[in-house]
Amino acid sequence: MTIAAQLFRGLRLTLVLWLLTVVVITLPLLGLARLVAPDAATGSLLRSGDRVVGSRLIAQDFSSARYLQGRPAGAPNLAASNPELATRVAAAASRWQSAGVAQPAADLLLDSGSGVDPHISLEAARQQLPRLARERQLPLAELERLIPQHQEGPLGLQAIEPVVNVLTFNLALDQLASSSTTQSPPVPARR
Amino acid sequence: MLPWLLAAVTLAAVVLTGPSLGRHLFEVFDDRPQPAWDRWLNPIEAALLRWIGDAGRSAESASGYLAPLLISNALFALPALALLLLQPHWLNPLGFGGLRWDLALHTTISFLTNIDQQHLIPEQSLGTLAQLGAMQFLMFVSAGTGLAVGFAVIRGFSGRPIGNFHRDLLHSLTRVLIPASLLLALFLLVCGVPMTLAPPLQITTLEGGRQLLPRGPIALFEAIKQLGENGGGFVSANSAHPYENPTLLTNLVSTWAMLIIPAATIDAFGRFVGNRRQSTLLLALVFGLLLIGAAVAMGAEQAGNPVLESWLSGGNLQGKELRFGAGLTGLWAAVTTGTMTGAVNGAIDAAMPLTILTTLFNLFLQVVVCGQGTGIAYLLVFVLLAVFLTGLMVGRTPEFLGRKVEKPQVVWASLILLIHPIFVLIPAALTLAGGSDLAGNSNPGSHGISQVVYEYASAAANNGSGLEGLGDGTPWWNLTTSVSLLGGRFLPIAALLALADGFRRKPALEPSPGTLRTDTGLFTGVTAVVLVILGALTFFPVLALGPIAEALTLAS
Repeated sequence: MTIAAQLFRGLRLTLVLWLLTVVVITLPLLGLARLVAPDAATGSLLRSGDRVVGSRLIAQDFSSARYLQGRPAGAPNLAASNPELATRVAAAASRWQSAGVAQPAADLLLDSGSGVDPHISLEAARQQLPRLARERQLPLAELERLIPQHQEGPLGLQAIEPVVNVLTFNLALDQLASSSTTQSPPVPARR
Repeated sequence: MLPWLLAAVTLAAVVLTGPSLGRHLFEVFDDRPQPAWDRWLNPIEAALLRWIGDAGRSAESASGYLAPLLISNALFALPALALLLLQPHWLNPLGFGGLRWDLALHTTISFLTNIDQQHLIPEQSLGTLAQLGAMQFLMFVSAGTGLAVGFAVIRGFSGRPIGNFHRDLLHSLTRVLIPASLLLALFLLVCGVPMTLAPPLQITTLEGGRQLLPRGPIALFEAIKQLGENGGGFVSANSAHPYENPTLLTNLVSTWAMLIIPAATIDAFGRFVGNRRQSTLLLALVFGLLLIGAAVAMGAEQAGNPVLESWLSGGNLQGKELRFGAGLTGLWAAVTTGTMTGAVNGAIDAAMPLTILTTLFNLFLQVVVCGQGTGIAYLLVFVLLAVFLTGLMVGRTPEFLGRKVEKPQVVWASLILLIHPIFVLIPAALTLAGGSDLAGNSNPGSHGISQVVYEYASAAANNGSGLEGLGDGTPWWNLTTSVSLLGGRFLPIAALLALADGFRRKPALEPSPGTLRTDTGLFTGVTAVVLVILGALTFFPVLALGPIAEALTLAS
């Protein structure tokens, strides 16, 4: 068989397989996705009214003391032996200590792999509740009740340990605040 | 305890489901009737082969199989390279421009060779059309090429004609990779992996910041990435990203998906040679190696980093996702390097030294459950050498599967094993000699050595994972790893086909009382020793300089 004939066959093969693996199988699956899991297919979006405020799966940056804060991001590739890792952890620990958390949970000190890990541990969430209660002038018990509502865990096969979804928790926190300002007397009166 | 339990369940699921898929693979590649599939697929496959212009007859020789493989692989690169260099506006919602030439070349080669090393940040450089038309296309055809070669070699070892490349490639797609990927994609989708052509979404966060949600047609991409031992992420964070791997369940299923086709291929080998005891023992061998590595990595990650003891306790969560935890991220690291997938669900760079030792060991050996198709071929090469060595020791003519193992086989087998260290150690030595500016090290000391060696080992071993702090987006890295990618893929393929085709031409012998049986526990043990000595000892000096030295530093 001549080289030209072989090339010609190869070109036809490439065309066939490109159409097959890029178009023919992808399009039906896209269609099916809209039918069986329209919410997941488009990114598990969270809406407030008709505005998209985020995705249930993707963490957002929270630096305000009024919000539950998630895992640090930015240097996931620091080696275990790299002195910068210890420096970074020490700095994070002292930031938490000055915010009133004496022994911050490990997941608040160590970077997530994706940079958008949506979860923190139960311990990490509970450690932040006193601050949130203070900042938002809400009773601690009310915040504690929020945790189980935003907990995901091994039983649902969502996570290996019970964890809290930071973004949905914070959305609920905002709603709590807005409903308490509309329905109840101003904050100081609630003591 | 839970991570160990879930790891055991996942590996048990591979062992339990492997034989069913093994039988399917055997039927597909030995042209057995498959009533449920044939009715639909036979007419389509026949029409496609006719249109391509191939009658589907078996190749006469190794080169008859290799030539169409090389030609079609070269042609597969063209649409991908063109898409990456040009990136037209169509289906390119964020308006990304073409990639720099060396990056486009490296990305094309690394996906064409089933390695999927990425020196770019996909969500910041690739539009949807490039993801689908270049990356997804190459992930399917490279996995199909690997499977085709694997079964051509198995045919040779079992005394059958070597087969027809076009036909094998088409069948591996239509009967294995596409149906399996569609099923897995559907599952992932239901668990939360996006599958949409809608553009990445720019949103305003609760605190008023800007965030881009990198959604896209991820579910199918993810499925072939795992099942095809590809490993290239739709986003840079790969399977650590919640859009690729949203839950503990998807993480376990994705771990299973990396293992299932290699395990089934070994099972199918046993059916081809009519000796399932042989394949079961080989499976036990590679699973044994995987279990040891997995236990070391899981144990090391769960024990945590002693340097950080004054601030925190528990497992090493640096660079890891909380929903998987330290233990299962360690398991993934062992599996992804053993199977040559190269997907990561956490930063291997931030893993404990013993985990990095495990991953490098797997990359050096190349057979810890094996890569897509070609892995079983490497395993058979090690078995041939074990046969040869034991034959020398006991003074019997070495025989494997009823054929004599003679000089040509041993020469080919030795050459195949030499290719790997050549494409790993020489470029790694050159890069390290160039200093840390050339290497782009992000971590100091012995870990920096690991970063460089890992990058080339991953390229030559068909893996694609990396110690990703490394600044590898430079022309030096792109071009030198391209050499290792191509050399580590196509040279062994050519040599393996030649070896298998030569083997099948030898006269078949009836077993005699003097024959050394290869389907025994003792012989499998000897094979394990040969594997470790030949496969890993070559690399022991770099293991000592890299992860072992780092482990000692941490312990002191």
